[in-house]
Parts: sequence; C-alpha cells; structure tokens
Amino acid sequence: MIEVEHLTKRYGRTVAVDDLSFSVRPGRVTGFLGPNGAGKSTTMRMILGLDRPTSGAVRIDGKPYRELDRPLTRVGALLDAKWVHPNRSARAHLRWMARTNRLPNRRVDEVLETVGLSGVADRRAGGFSLGMSQRLGIAAALLGDPEILMFDEPVNGLDPEGILWIRQIMQRLASEGRTVLVSSHLLSEMAQTAEELVVIGRGKLIRQCGTAQFVDEASGATIRVRSPQVERLRGALHQQGIEVRDEVVDESPTLVVVGTSSERVGEIAAAQGVVLHELSIQRGSLEQAFLQLTNEAVEYHAHNGATTGNEGTDR
Amino acid sequence: MTLLAVERIKLFSTRSPWWCMVVAVGLTVGFTALMSGFANEQGTVTVGFTQFSYQFGLMVLMVMAVLAVTTEYRFGTIRTTFQTAPNRAAVLTAKALLVAVLAGVVALVAAFLSFGVSDLLATNSDLSLSGADTWRNVAGTGLVAFFAAVLSVAVGILLRQSAAAVTVVLVWPLLVEPLVALIPRIGQDIQAWMPFVAAHQFLFGGQPDSAEAAMMMGMSEVPYGPWAGIAYFGAISVGLFVVALITASRRDA
Amino acid sequence: MSAVNLISAESIKLFSTRSPWWCNLLAMALPVGFATAAVLSWPTDLPISVTEVQLGYQFGMMLVLVMAALAVTTEYRFGTMRTTFQAVPGRTPVLLAKTVLVAGVAGLVGLVAALGSLGVASLLHPVSELGLGTAHELRAVLGVAPVFVFSAVIAVAVGLLVRQSAGALAILLVWPMLVEPLVSVIPTVGEPVQQWMPFMAADHFLRGASSMIADPVLSPAASLAYFGVVAVGLLAVALVVARRRDA
Repeated sequence: MIEVEHLTKRYGRTVAVDDLSFSVRPGRVTGFLGPNGAGKSTTMRMILGLDRPTSGAVRIDGKPYRELDRPLTRVGALLDAKWVHPNRSARAHLRWMARTNRLPNRRVDEVLETVGLSGVADRRAGGFSLGMSQRLGIAAALLGDPEILMFDEPVNGLDPEGILWIRQIMQRLASEGRTVLVSSHLLSEMAQTAEELVVIGRGKLIRQCGTAQFVDEASGATIRVRSPQVERLRGALHQQGIEVRDEVVDESPTLVVVGTSSERVGEIAAAQGVVLHELSIQRGSLEQAFLQLTNEAVEYHAHNGATTGNEGTDR
Repeated sequence: MTLLAVERIKLFSTRSPWWCMVVAVGLTVGFTALMSGFANEQGTVTVGFTQFSYQFGLMVLMVMAVLAVTTEYRFGTIRTTFQTAPNRAAVLTAKALLVAVLAGVVALVAAFLSFGVSDLLATNSDLSLSGADTWRNVAGTGLVAFFAAVLSVAVGILLRQSAAAVTVVLVWPLLVEPLVALIPRIGQDIQAWMPFVAAHQFLFGGQPDSAEAAMMMGMSEVPYGPWAGIAYFGAISVGLFVVALITASRRDA
Repeated sequence: MSAVNLISAESIKLFSTRSPWWCNLLAMALPVGFATAAVLSWPTDLPISVTEVQLGYQFGMMLVLVMAALAVTTEYRFGTMRTTFQAVPGRTPVLLAKTVLVAGVAGLVGLVAALGSLGVASLLHPVSELGLGTAHELRAVLGVAPVFVFSAVIAVAVGLLVRQSAGALAILLVWPMLVEPLVSVIPTVGEPVQQWMPFMAADHFLRGASSMIADPVLSPAASLAYFGVVAVGLLAVALVVARRRDA
C-alpha cells in the first residue's frame, strides 16, 4: 500500500507536483498516467525518498520510505534502466545491491534467471541493448522479493516482444497479490495493463478510478443504432429530448445517440414499433478520454519554451 | 569559417566554459590583489610580481580546453560532429583554434586586470607597462594560454575521458615538472626541457624578478632565452596536437 | 543495516570497475618509480635519506585523491547513487561505509608505495643503510598511510559536495599543488597562513624540517592530527549536505 498525501514539490518558482494525493492498493496493476512533464517521475522519486517533498508526505505501509528497514525487501523500483555503471557487469551490479540489504547471493542468480539474463550476467552492462537494460532494471526491482513494485515508463523504446514481456511480468506480479504502480504517458498501454488509474496533469491529480470507469466518464459512452426506419426513430428520440447524430456505417444509415442508456433507446424504439438491426454501446478510446480530461492540465512545452517538469531531463 | 562558427555555438551553449572563464579570471586577479595588497607596505611590487598567479587561470583554462573535447566524447556528440563534417582533422583544428583563442583572450584579460588591480592597490610601488620585456611578461600570458589550450585539447582527444585528461593536464605542470628537478644530478637538466618550464622562462626569463619566479616552479638556470622558450612550448603543443589529429582520424569515433 | 554488509557492498562497487584499479596501481608505481630514479642518480658513495626516497609520495597522493573522488562522482554520473540511496535511504551509513572502504584502500596503497620505495632504495643503494630506526624515518615511511587515508576522506567529501568528476578533480588537484604552495608568495601573511593549509600540514608531518613550512607552530604529530580534523570536518559537512539534498 502506497499512500501519497498532499505531496508538493517546487523547483524554484516551478511547481512540479502540486498537492497530490492518491493511494495504490495491492493485488492489482495501478497505472500512473499523465503527459510528459506532468510530474510522474518526480512523484516516484519522492515515494522512494530520493527527492525531498516541499510539503506533504508519502507512506509505504504506514511508514516513510526513509524509515524502512531493508527497503529493497519492501519496495522494488525501476526508475531508469540506465542507472548502471557501464563498465560493471550485470551480476556485480545486483551483487552490491543485494549486499546492502543483506540479501543472499542466491537471489542474484534467481532474479537473473527470472528476467532471462543468466547467459549475459558477466558482461558489462554498458554494452546491453535497451531491452536487456530494462530486464536488468526489473531484476534489480525484484531482488528483495518486495510486496510493492514501481516502474517508470517501462515499455518506452522497447520492441513489441519486450513490451509483451513487461506486461506479462507486471500482471503476474499483481496476481501474486503485490502492489504494482506503473507510469506511462501512453494510454493505450495502460488500457492493456492497468486495472486502476491515477491520472495527473501539471502535477495535479485529475482522477483516480478504475480504467473502465475512467473511459466511460471521460468520453461519455455513446450508443449506436442501425434501423431501416431511421427517420421515425430520430423523430421519437428528438421528442424525448435526446441528442442524435447521423453516421453512415457500411453504407447503411446509422444513428449515434449520446447521453442516455441503451435500455432507454430500446424501449423508445419498441414503443414506436421501429425495427432495429443494431443497438450497441460504443466505448470511446482511452486515448480520447485521456486527452479530454487532461486537456487543460497538459503542459504546452511549445508555449513555455523550457520544460518545467523534470521528466526526461538528465540532471 | 563555418566549422569555427559551429564550434563556437557548441562551446557557448553549455555552462561549464562560462564557469571556467569566470573562475580563471577571478582566481588570478583575486590572488594577485591579495598579494599586492599585502606587499604595498614594502613597496616591492614589480610587474612580474603582478603576474605570479597566472598559473591559476592557466590551470582552469586547461581544464576548460580538455572538457571542450571530452564532454563531446562523453555525450556521444563527437559522432554527430564527425557525421556532419567527416573531415575530422578540420573539425578538431577548428575546435582547438577556437578554444585556444578564447583561452588566450581570457588569460590576457586576467593579466591586464591583475596588473591594473596591483597598480591601484600598490600605491607605494611605481608600476608601468614600458619596455618589451614588461610587455612580454604581461601580454605573454595570452600566448602561453593559447598553446596550453592546444596542448590540452590534444590530451583530451587522445584520452577521450574527462577524469583522466584533467588529471594529466593538472598533475603534469603542477607536480611532475617541479618534482623532476629533485632527482639528484640529472633532475635539473631534464627539468629545463619540460614544456611548462619553457613557458615560464618565456614570461619571467631575464626579468628583474626572474629568480623569485623561478623558485615557484622549483626551476634553476635554463640554457635558452625567453623567445626560444615559447617557441619550444609552442612546438611541443602543436606537435602533440598533430599526433592527436592522426590518432583521431584513424580511430573509430 | 550492518556496517560489514555496507562496506562489502561498496567494495563490490569499487573493484568491479577498472578506473580504481588503474589509479591504485599508478599510485603505488609512481612513487616507487620516483624513488628508483632518485636513487639511481644519487652518488653511489653518499648516503641518501629517507626523506629524499619518499618524495614521490605526492604522485601517489594525487592519484589517491582522483581514485577517491571518482568513487563518488561516477556514482552520481551514472545514477547509481540513486539506486544506492534507494537501498539505504538513511544515506549517511552507506556514505560512511564508502569513505571507510576508500580510505582504507588508500592507506594500504600508501603503505605499499612507501615500503616499496624504501625497499627499492635499500636494494639499489646499500650504502645508505635505510631503515625504520628513528622516529623521523618511521614517520616518513609509515606516515604515508595515514596521510593517504585522510586525503581520501577529503576527496570523498569534495566529490559528495561537487558531484561532478571534472570539477571535483580540478579542485582536488589545484588546491594542494598550486594554491597551498603559492600562498607563501603573499608577503607578510603568506608564510604564517601556509602552515595552516591542510596538505602543507600533512607534508610537514611526513618530512619534518625539510617541508616547505617556514616556522612551524605545530609538531609533526600535531600536524597530522590537524590534517585529520580538517578531513573529518569536511566529510561531516558533506554528509549533512548529501542527506538533505535531492538525490
């Protein structure tokens, strides 16, 4: 369980994270969603005690990160796969990490096996491809067999095979009852992995809810109706004050109904004796929903000139 | 010309060269001010005395010159550079020239400010910039910094790695050259032919305070005159730079 | 978090990359090389003193400064400092472990360099009867170890404060090699101030009367203590800063 409470981080006059509160529950993958520069990485660094909040607090199972004993056994994280000394072998990297938290060397071999790097464990990490680096980062996160896992943009730049592998491992970790927090600026990605979403823009919380609910609310589900008696149906719906749009699907005239339920449309059609060829609920794409919700919160880099958030800046 | 312009943009669009230049002038002038302030009572401030701290600026400018190359290797931009201009020797020469001219100018600024601040503080001493020897002492620091920067760029190209290159360009003049003299019998003869000793001879050789200046480097008699000294220093720096160019042209970027 | 584990983790880090090996090897080889050169060019019939044989310690010291500073700054450069602080969020214990390890290695390197120089000199110049008999000889030879230990502590502290290889190295090399020796050029105050310069104090401890200090107030032993106090004080400042700062 991660609890973020009124977290704020200022860099000079720039507010990177602004009074952010949310919680991440175990047993599911929670998506941490926001456009680039929204403050996701900064928030994750504060969760890990790396950056000091200007105000507010983060608690991991009730305690600040800095007070955890052997923290790698409680929280595992992959924030940046390149945080490895290029001339050090993958095995040496994991061994020193293991040693700091009194984890046996056996764990190093186990996690290398889990992520499929056993064969290249003694090669220098600087020569790894992005996919391999990402696997090493995940091995590091899994090292202490922690209950809580955090991944910052784990699929960025990976090939389809790598993306699939990451999705599977995250779902597996959640199904084992762990708390998994994954950040991304890609909504389509979140739709495939996350059950729950924490959506932020400009450092502020926009919404925390289930992924499906988020889409429903944001795009406003629409109902598609096909009928040979389109004109009569349109009139009937209009009489009830229901908004209707025309569309042509597969050369047959179609009505798109907004702001009501499919049940109601069906009842109206039956009352009028209108024949229906199709009555279906259309879920808007997550992409659309996201854009709609974050629209006002999105940071327009083009207008600001300089990036105000920290994401992606190499400091 | 285009290559020079490109290198200028690259150099000035990052912060570290600015820092180096400010620190180079600040350290040199600050230390001179301290010296002249305390020396005023005795009325013993000479033109040479106002230039004793040139090494501060010189070391910082050498670090700047090294970083101008090694940061390109570190961030991989050297590949982009070689991609945009495949004639590596031309690109690197443009870079060296730019950095060296800049180092020369900054050193000149530091030298004249040092002189000026001493003139203000040391009211009991009669300081004036007259005579070829005096000018060589003050304006010569520009020439020394120019060649020292070429040398540093060469070291940067050869080692491609900030930490190692910075260590070499600082330890060599500050430790190797003075300590060599302490090897019995042969030490002083070897030291006379060390490059920074030659540069020092160019600035202070034949000056009224040459003995005191020589002590700073742990130097003894040098068997050549000041202008031969700078010629020798220049030849070494250009020679090393040519070696670096050949190496860079042959090597994978 | 037990100290042994942290030191052992730091030693995996230090010895799993190449640059510390290079620095340490050079830090041992250069002083011995200098001693060899000094002895070979010394007249065969005149005894050479321990002080002359150990002069090259300064080369070793510079490389120890480089090694210790890089142990910190490369961690910042490659982001492994964040991983380190994630594993040990208290920060101070792990940074102390790093300091202890690096300083310990530096001390060993100093011992090897000093004994190596002495050994080479005694072999090549038997007339001199070099040994560890007098207090002065003991200091000049074995004293290199504590001097390297405290030098490494200073370098770790500067590395923590500057977090950047080139900057830290420039400070660590220019300070002892240029600032401290040049201070004496300042009339009136230069010489009295110079003996309170930390590396000058270390030099005074090692070389006693042959050091650059004109009129020493401190005894050689007190000079070493002073050097140590400066090193530990600087480290304390660096630890406080590192703890407060965003990683």
